[in-house]
Amino acid sequence: MVLGSATDIIEHCGVPRFYFVDFPLGNPCGKPYDLEMQRNIVGAALDLLETASRPRTVVKDPNNWGSDEWRQRYMEIKPEDRERMLQQGEERRRKRQHLREIGHTRQD
Amino acid sequence: MYDISMHKAQPVQYMERTRLYYEAQGFERAYQWAQHDEVPFTPLNKPLKESRVAIVTTGARYDRLLTDPRFVDSGDISELPSHLFARDLAWDKEATHLNDLGSYLPVRVLQKLAADGHIHSVTPRFHCLPTEYSQRRTRETDAPEILERCQEDRADLALLVPL
Repeated sequence: MVLGSATDIIEHCGVPRFYFVDFPLGNPCGKPYDLEMQRNIVGAALDLLETASRPRTVVKDPNNWGSDEWRQRYMEIKPEDRERMLQQGEERRRKRQHLREIGHTRQD
Repeated sequence: MYDISMHKAQPVQYMERTRLYYEAQGFERAYQWAQHDEVPFTPLNKPLKESRVAIVTTGARYDRLLTDPRFVDSGDISELPSHLFARDLAWDKEATHLNDLGSYLPVRVLQKLAADGHIHSVTPRFHCLPTEYSQRRTRETDAPEILERCQEDRADLALLVPL
């Protein structure tokens, strides 16, 4: 049973049961400090364990985050960011190469 | 009359966003997402209210950026941290935060649901699954390790809550 927010990824992967909370990635159990919402979401997700009868069952939670700006902004690439992003990519590749060279990677 | 339902927000297409993002960072190979043609399904073998629930998160009790290589880890629910570490993971660091543990690791809510008779109980440990570029490592090493720990704790159900 998965309780999460990236519905395209989870549906692509395929899981037995998925309770979809359409919030920014990071708070799949409900908005921070909103105990009532968290209780409703987690309770409804658990109920899906009893009601689902086949794999890939998806139920969407009815709660709203309250605004939609985050949908556009997440991982947004603006023209002025491109040079900086290429540099970030270079830095990531250098770091990974360094970790490989010093054997700081999993061996299993 | 203006029909507002026609303009309801659509779920973010994270796979496409991620592909474009890595491309802009100069990575030549696109990220390969796990995909399963066959998806297992096991009906509950006892009612929810008699079931013991385990929680699995992609967050960590330590900063993975400082401690690679990664490993499966478990925490005691009677000694919950104030938050988990996840700066190495892709989540919306602008729109929200991880300061409230209950918004992504539902131990206390599950304990309340147990007290109210919705479930039987929560296992004494929660489990931290490291995210991996290697699907083989997740499938053959980490997932079996998590399963073994859930079974040791006599879990009936596992709730996977990825950030």
